Amino acid sequence: MSDHSHDLPFWKKYIFSVDHKVIGIQYTITALLFLAFGFGLMLVMRYQLAYPNQPLPGVVASVLSEPVVGEVVINEATGETGKILTGDGYNAFGAMHGTIMVFLAIVPLAVGGFGNFVLPLQCGAPDMAFPRLNMASYWTYLPGGILMLFGFFVKGGAANNGWTSYPPLSIITPTLGQTIWLLGMVILITSSLLGSVNFIVTAVQLRVQGLSFFRLPFFVWAQLVTSFLLLLAFPPLEAAGLLQLMDRVAGTSFFDPGGLIISGVERNTAGGGSPLLWQHLFWFLAHPEVYVLILPGLGIIAEVIANNTRKPLWGYKSLVYSAIFLGFMSFIVWAHHMFMTGMGTTLSTFFQATTMIISVPSVIILTCLVISLWGAKIRFTTPMLFALSFLPMFAIGGLTGLPLGLTASDIHLHDTYYVIGHFHYVVAPGTIFAMFAGIYYWFPKASGRKMNEWLGRIHWLGSFIFINAVFMPFFFMGMAGVLRRQFDQTETLHGAAVQGLSVMATWGAIGLALSQLPFVINFFWSMFAGERVGANPWKATTLEWTAPSPPPHGNFDAVPVVARGPYEYSVPGEDEDFSMQATA
Amino acid sequence: MYNGKFGIWLFLASEIMLFGALFSTYVLLRVGAPEGTWPIAGAATTRGDEILNVALAALNTAFLITSSVTMVLAWANLKMMNFKKGQTMLLVTVLLASAFLVVKYFEYNAKFHHYAVTFNEHFEHEGVESNTFTATTPAGTTKTIHYLHGHVESTKKNAEGVIESYEFLPDAEHGHGDAATHKAVEIPASEIARITNYGPGGSTFLGCYFVITGLHGLHIIGGIVVMLYFLATGSKMWKTQPDKYANRIECTGLYWHFVDLVWIFLFPVLYLL
Amino acid sequence: MGSSAHEIQSHLKKYYMVFGALLVLTGVTVAVAEMHVSIGMAIVIALFVASIKGTLVACYFMHLMEERSMIMWILALCAFFFLLLLLFPVFTVGEQIGGLAEPMRGLSPQ
Repeated sequence: MSDHSHDLPFWKKYIFSVDHKVIGIQYTITALLFLAFGFGLMLVMRYQLAYPNQPLPGVVASVLSEPVVGEVVINEATGETGKILTGDGYNAFGAMHGTIMVFLAIVPLAVGGFGNFVLPLQCGAPDMAFPRLNMASYWTYLPGGILMLFGFFVKGGAANNGWTSYPPLSIITPTLGQTIWLLGMVILITSSLLGSVNFIVTAVQLRVQGLSFFRLPFFVWAQLVTSFLLLLAFPPLEAAGLLQLMDRVAGTSFFDPGGLIISGVERNTAGGGSPLLWQHLFWFLAHPEVYVLILPGLGIIAEVIANNTRKPLWGYKSLVYSAIFLGFMSFIVWAHHMFMTGMGTTLSTFFQATTMIISVPSVIILTCLVISLWGAKIRFTTPMLFALSFLPMFAIGGLTGLPLGLTASDIHLHDTYYVIGHFHYVVAPGTIFAMFAGIYYWFPKASGRKMNEWLGRIHWLGSFIFINAVFMPFFFMGMAGVLRRQFDQTETLHGAAVQGLSVMATWGAIGLALSQLPFVINFFWSMFAGERVGANPWKATTLEWTAPSPPPHGNFDAVPVVARGPYEYSVPGEDEDFSMQATA
Repeated sequence: MYNGKFGIWLFLASEIMLFGALFSTYVLLRVGAPEGTWPIAGAATTRGDEILNVALAALNTAFLITSSVTMVLAWANLKMMNFKKGQTMLLVTVLLASAFLVVKYFEYNAKFHHYAVTFNEHFEHEGVESNTFTATTPAGTTKTIHYLHGHVESTKKNAEGVIESYEFLPDAEHGHGDAATHKAVEIPASEIARITNYGPGGSTFLGCYFVITGLHGLHIIGGIVVMLYFLATGSKMWKTQPDKYANRIECTGLYWHFVDLVWIFLFPVLYLL
Repeated sequence: MGSSAHEIQSHLKKYYMVFGALLVLTGVTVAVAEMHVSIGMAIVIALFVASIKGTLVACYFMHLMEERSMIMWILALCAFFFLLLLLFPVFTVGEQIGGLAEPMRGLSPQ
C-alpha cells in the first residue's frame, strides 16, 4: 500500500488524519476523557446522596460555583460555611452524567474507538471505505461534545431535565444549557450518521478475498448490526431535537399542550402539542441505542473468549443470527419505557410481548459465550478476567430487565432505583468491562507494547468488587420504593430506611474511582515503557494479528487471503493450537 | 455497486427515517387536534388548502419532477460521453431547483404577513364582526372561538413600546380571500386573546408545515450547492476520470430523486388532505 | 452499474414517458382533491397515487430494480420501520385513557 504518510505534515498526520487507526485512537482518548468527566459528576452526586445537606469536601467544592452549588452554614457558632449541591445542580449533574456517558463516552469508545481501529483490520482492508468521511465524523463528535459541556458555563447552567429531556419541562426551562444540549445532540447525531454509513460500506464491500460473511469475526457482525441501528434509529431523535429547539426558541408548540402557566403567566403559544410525541420519538432511538451500547461489547467479549479458551466459539451461527434478530427486534420494543403514560392495554400488551421476545436472542448470545468456556484451557489474562466477569454481570443486568418489561411489575418499579440498577449493570460491569477487556487486548496491536499484567489484575479486582458495591444496593433501594432523580431520599420514610444502602453505594463509587488508578498508570506507562511485542502476542487467529504492531498506513504488508473461519483454535492435527485466518 | 453508491443509498435510508419522524409528528398532532384548531383556529375544514396555496405547490411539484428528469438525463449524457450536454442538463436542474425555492420564498413570505386573531369574546367594531366557530369537546361541552384572519396594516404603541392596538384588514373568507372589498378596523390589544402570524408558531399544523417544508428546502439548497460544485469543477475530473465523474453525478442524482420523492408525498399530505 | 452507452440510449425514451406519467398523476392528485371526497377516501387515494409516482421515480430514475438485492432488503426494512414510526405513536394516543378528540376516533384499535 502507498506509504506516503511520512510526507504528511504533523497536523495532517495526527490531527486531521484520515487513517482509521489514528481516528480510532482519537475517539478512544476523547471518549475516555469524557468517561472520566461523567464519572466525576456522578461522584459529586453520590456524595450528596449519601450525606444530604452536608458540605462537599473542600477540594471538590473549590471547583464548583453557582448555580450548581449553594452556601450552607456548617458551624452556627463560628459562621463557617460550606458548599452543597443545590437541587438545580443535582439535576444538571444527573442529566449531564447520563448524556455524557451514553453519547459522549460509551458509544464513541465502543463504536468510534474500537470499531474504527479494529473493523478494517479484521476485514483485511487497508482503511475504511470513506477515510475523509471518517475524519469528518470524529471532527463533528469532538465539537459537539465540547458544546455540550459548554452548557455548564452558560446562564442557568447545563441541561437539567434528565438525559431524556421530557417536555413540557424541557421546553419551559429557562436555562440556555437545555438549548445547547439540543444543538449538541443534533451535531453528535450527524457525526454518528457519517460513521455508520462508513462502517456498513466497509464491512460489506472491503472484505478481502475469501472472507465471506460467515467467516467474519463476531466482532465485525456486532459492529455491522450496531451501525444499522445507528443509521435508522438516530434520525427520529434528530427530528425531535429540532422540534424541541423550535418549541424553545421559535414559539412553536409541538410538545406544548397549551394552557401552561409558568410563574403565574400563561405561556403564549398555540397549544395543541403533545408531550407524548417527544417520548415516542426519543425512545424510538433510545431503545435501539441501548443495544448500540451492548453489542460492540458482546463482540469484544466473543473475541477475547475465543482467544483465551483456545477453542472456537460455540454456536457461531446462533450468535450471528441472534445479533441480527436482536437488532431487528430493538426497533419494536420502545414503548416499554412508556408503560406508565396511560397507553391502554392493547398496546401495552404488544410492547410487553415484543420486550419478552427480545430477551431471547440476548440469552442465546450469553449462553453461547458461556458454553464456549466448557472444556477450555483458560488463560487468565487481564482481558479474560474482564470477559469472564462480564458474563454474570450482564446476566444480572439482563434478568433484572424482565420485571421492568412486564407491565404489572413495572408499575411498582418504574422510575425507581431498580431501573438504575438494571441499566447500570448492563452498561457498567457489562459494556465498560468489555471496553477494558478490549483495551488490554488490542493495546499491543495499537502500540507495539503490552500493558502490565499485574496492574491489570489489580485494576480488575478492585473494579469488580466495587462496581458491585455501587449497583447491587440499587435493586433493593428500588424495591423499597426509592425514586430516581431525587436530590435527598431521606426526606421520605422509606428512603431514610434504606439510606445505609445509599452510603454503601457512595463508598463503592469512591473505591471504584481509586481502582481506576492502576489502569491510568498502566495505560500511560505501557505506552512508553511496556514490554515490546510482535504482530501476534496473544497467538490469536483473526486478521488484525497478521498486520505488524502497530500497523503502518495501509495496514498489511501483503493483502491477506482468507481460506478459514475466524476461530480456528486447537484444530486437530495442526502443530500449533491456533491457525491464523490469513493463509497467504 | 461501487462504494459511493452504496453509501448514498444507506444515507437515503436514514433520511427516510428522518422525514418519517416528521410525518409521524404530523399524524399524531392532527389526530389529537381539538376541533376547530386544525389547521388554524377557526378553520372551516381540516384540509391544508384552507390556508395553503395549492396552485403554487402544484407548480413547484412540476418544477421538481422536471428537475428529476433533467438530473437523470445529465447522468445519462455523461455515461454516453457527452460532457457538454450532461453539464447543461445539470445546470437546468439547478435552475429548476432555484425556481422551486423562489416560489417557496413567496409562499413563506405570504404566511409571515398573514395573521390570525382570536378574541376573548365576540368582537364588533366599525361594521366589522369577528367570526364564530363552535366546537364540541370529547366531553360533550361546547367551546366557541371568536376569530378574524387578515393582515396587519400598522400598530399603535404606547410610551413603553407595548402595542396598544392593531390596524387590521380582515380577509373576505376563512382562507386567503380577496381583501380589497373590506376596510381596515382598529382592534384594541385588550380584546385580543392571542394574535399570531401564520408562521411556525401559528398552530401545530403550521409548525409541521414549516418544519417539514423547511427541512426539505434545506435539502434542496444542499443539492444545489453540490451541483454547483460539480458544474464548477467537473471539467477537471472529466479529463482524467470520466467514469468516476459520471458516478459522482449518479450519486448526486440518487440524492436528488429522493428529495423529489419526499415532495411527492409531502405535497398531497400537507396541501390536499 | 456498468450500463453501456448504448443501453442508456434505449433508456432515454423511458425517462420521457415516466416524466409524462408523473405530470399526469400530479394533475390527477389535484383534480381528485377538488372533488372533496371523505377524509378516509382522500387519504387512501392520495397515498396510492403518491406511491405510484414514488415507485416510478425509484425504479426508473434511481434504477432501484437494477441494484443488488441487499439494497432492496435494506429499504424494505426501512419502510417497515417507517410505517411503525408513523402509526404506533398515534395508536397509543388513540387508546389513551380519557379518549381522543372527536374527528378521528374511528382510527383507534378499540
